Amino acid sequence: MSETMTGAEMVVRALQDQDVQHIFGYPGGAVLPIYDALFQQNSVEHILVRHEQGAVHSAEGYARSSGKVGVVLVTSGPGATNAVTGLTDALLDSIPLVCFTGQVPTHLIGSDAFQECDTVGITRHCTKHNYLVKRIEDLPRIIHEAFYVARSGRPGPVVIDIPKDIQFASGTYLPPGDMIHKSYRPRTEGDSSRIEAAVAMMAKAKRPVFYTGGGIINAGPEASRLLREFAKLTGFPVTSTLMGLGAFPANSPQWLGMLGMHGTYEANLAMHGCDLMINLGARFDDRITGRLDAFSPDSRKIHVDIDPSSINKNVKVDLGIVGDCAKVLAEMVRIWKEKKYQPEAEALKGWWGEINKWRGRNSLGYARSKDIIKPQYAIERLYELTKDRNTYVTTEVGQHQMWAAQHFHFNEPNRWLTSGGLGTMGYGLPAAIGVQKAHRDALVIDIAGEASILMNMQEMSTAAQYRLPVKVFILNNEYMGMVRQWQELLHGGRYSESYSQALPDFVKLADAYHAHGIRCADPAKLDDAIREMIDYPGPVIFDCLVAKEENCLPMIPSGKAHNEMILPDFAGEIGDVIDAKGKQLV
Amino acid sequence: MKSHYSDPTTSQIVERRVLCVLVDNEPGVLARIAGLFSGRGYNIESLTVSETEHEKHLSRITIVTSGTPNVLNQIEAQLDRMVPVHRVVNLAAKASIERELALVKVSQNGPDRSEHRMEALRLATAFGAKTVDATLNSFIFELAGPADDVERFINLMTAIGLVEVSRTGAAAIGRGAEPM
Ligand SMILES: Cc1ncc(C[n+]2csc(CCOP(=O)(O)OP(=O)(O)O)c2C)c(N)n1
Ligand SMILES: [Mg+2]
Repeated sequence: MSETMTGAEMVVRALQDQDVQHIFGYPGGAVLPIYDALFQQNSVEHILVRHEQGAVHSAEGYARSSGKVGVVLVTSGPGATNAVTGLTDALLDSIPLVCFTGQVPTHLIGSDAFQECDTVGITRHCTKHNYLVKRIEDLPRIIHEAFYVARSGRPGPVVIDIPKDIQFASGTYLPPGDMIHKSYRPRTEGDSSRIEAAVAMMAKAKRPVFYTGGGIINAGPEASRLLREFAKLTGFPVTSTLMGLGAFPANSPQWLGMLGMHGTYEANLAMHGCDLMINLGARFDDRITGRLDAFSPDSRKIHVDIDPSSINKNVKVDLGIVGDCAKVLAEMVRIWKEKKYQPEAEALKGWWGEINKWRGRNSLGYARSKDIIKPQYAIERLYELTKDRNTYVTTEVGQHQMWAAQHFHFNEPNRWLTSGGLGTMGYGLPAAIGVQKAHRDALVIDIAGEASILMNMQEMSTAAQYRLPVKVFILNNEYMGMVRQWQELLHGGRYSESYSQALPDFVKLADAYHAHGIRCADPAKLDDAIREMIDYPGPVIFDCLVAKEENCLPMIPSGKAHNEMILPDFAGEIGDVIDAKGKQLV
Repeated sequence: MKSHYSDPTTSQIVERRVLCVLVDNEPGVLARIAGLFSGRGYNIESLTVSETEHEKHLSRITIVTSGTPNVLNQIEAQLDRMVPVHRVVNLAAKASIERELALVKVSQNGPDRSEHRMEALRLATAFGAKTVDATLNSFIFELAGPADDVERFINLMTAIGLVEVSRTGAAAIGRGAEPM
């Protein structure tokens, strides 16, 4: 059924047809017609953020916690450029977004008009795909195609730049049809002979490890379920990247904890010493591999990824399988059962014996204190007091992010939202707002650092306006702690510009933002303070004053291999660990 | 069990590869492809593009690039996952024909003028180049051929008065009856 309407009305109608309930945005001259169309309907709710970067992160939080496509609406020029960090973040973490940007009218494009910028040029490198709509006839097709591109294959952000005259123009609206794209056809079914070969390799493995990533989360809850089933069938140990936490339950005895730069000793040594690595939806990122030429030297490697370009990009693998993790895992489980494979029980027992010895090193241990709140302790208590609730955790970027990944445990997918690939300070609060919008009754906590939180603090206003009871839990160490740690490691402890000077009074700031402020510096009072935060029905800023110079350990120093970790019981000077070549790395 | 890889990427030999990329001829598609190469630090030796099937809005891009086999495979995978890209074919891997067009301007002044003019014409004949413009002291030759031939022709002309060259970069196609 085709109908005549304006471009702006088409945008809103397409959102309805794509089953979009919430969009995050900020108005301006070049999107006024769309705002007008939004005003005249009730099915799509617009959440007014306070900065366009916040809109994109909110949409990311919304998308990652709900499995839907996140939607953003911003104006031309500064509206679009403010969105760039969020778009890049979504690209690196494979988050499905559709971002509408207003543009100056077509006849003014290229004239350096007021609030004109080359949005498709600027965002070409930070989107999966983008469009400039030049004809009203193309608009409905482009919108539906954008949703399809954003959510299919390896998900990612898509920008649709719509000149203002196109928003006013009238044309024929077309509802979404069956999407058969001319050129874009992502492959989701894995090659069956390769899957069979992979399963046969697993049945013979003596020291196997599942190395899982965000691809499992993106493949939907069924992928997490299948991973659990397959792990149970095989008895293999499981570790995960930062992005994959929650896909496999942290309370399973087969769980090794997170791997990588700040991963556990047992996870990293299992990766180093395994004879078969089964990578499911992870991408051999440099935070994971450490020194490439010493990465897991004696293993054969299987890599399942929906993006063919991820396979053999950083690490050459023995068997690559292009496909959706859920579909490939379903096949693996089926074949394992059908062929009545049994794991190499005797060898596995020995392997678990080694792993348990590494576990015995207690790499997440830390010196406890009665006088001062240790940041790890704060996360431990936060976890204990919230674990039986419907809890979602977002983070900012820094030491607190890594402590959260280490000490907060996730048993379900989509509960953990963090900026992994881009490492964007300022992600956590707007992301929490997005999560809370998708899950009204959940407890949503942004685990923050005192420096990061100031990057998008203005979004507290958004939380207040929409009565979103997000909890900002600041591990306040008065330092850009992660920067300080690297300065201790690499630059002789010369803390250049990493002290958080002239901090605001966060309790007063909470008050100013119509929220509740709590401060706690005493470990003995921490539990009560956390309970107060949980019980408060509105947004909270919790200023948790923690040990200032704590280092985040364990750590694989840059340029080192997995078996060269710094453990918490390291007795030397950490400033002496990294050599000149390692210092050049990030 | 030992992994099949032990040599790091850097020790691999750099190779040349000719890629044919079939794309939707939509605005910005060339910027996308060129941006991929600059953004990821890949080499472009030459790039030619033109719409080849007007009704279908298809353009064919021929890219000559170089890198280690790992990098070249990565380039193919990165191109292939772009939304407007229909197909990427590694032509070097097949028997293929590669041609480039060059317009070469030579001019002759000074005492050896007439001798150089004769020599230029003889060389042009030897290479099968067409003379497309002539004045009393200059020629413009048009030469189509494999990049190597063009290269040699230009080098020879340098000695006898080369003043300007315009080259198209390679266009390439697989041999035989089958389309790509
Ligand atoms: C937008 C942005 N700018 C700079 C950085 C570099 N950076 C990484 S961690 C960090 C310090 C974060 O400090 P804080 O939020 O207090 O967290 P802490 O490490 O102290 O827990 C900085 C500056 C970044 N990741 N993102
Ligand atoms: Mg800090």
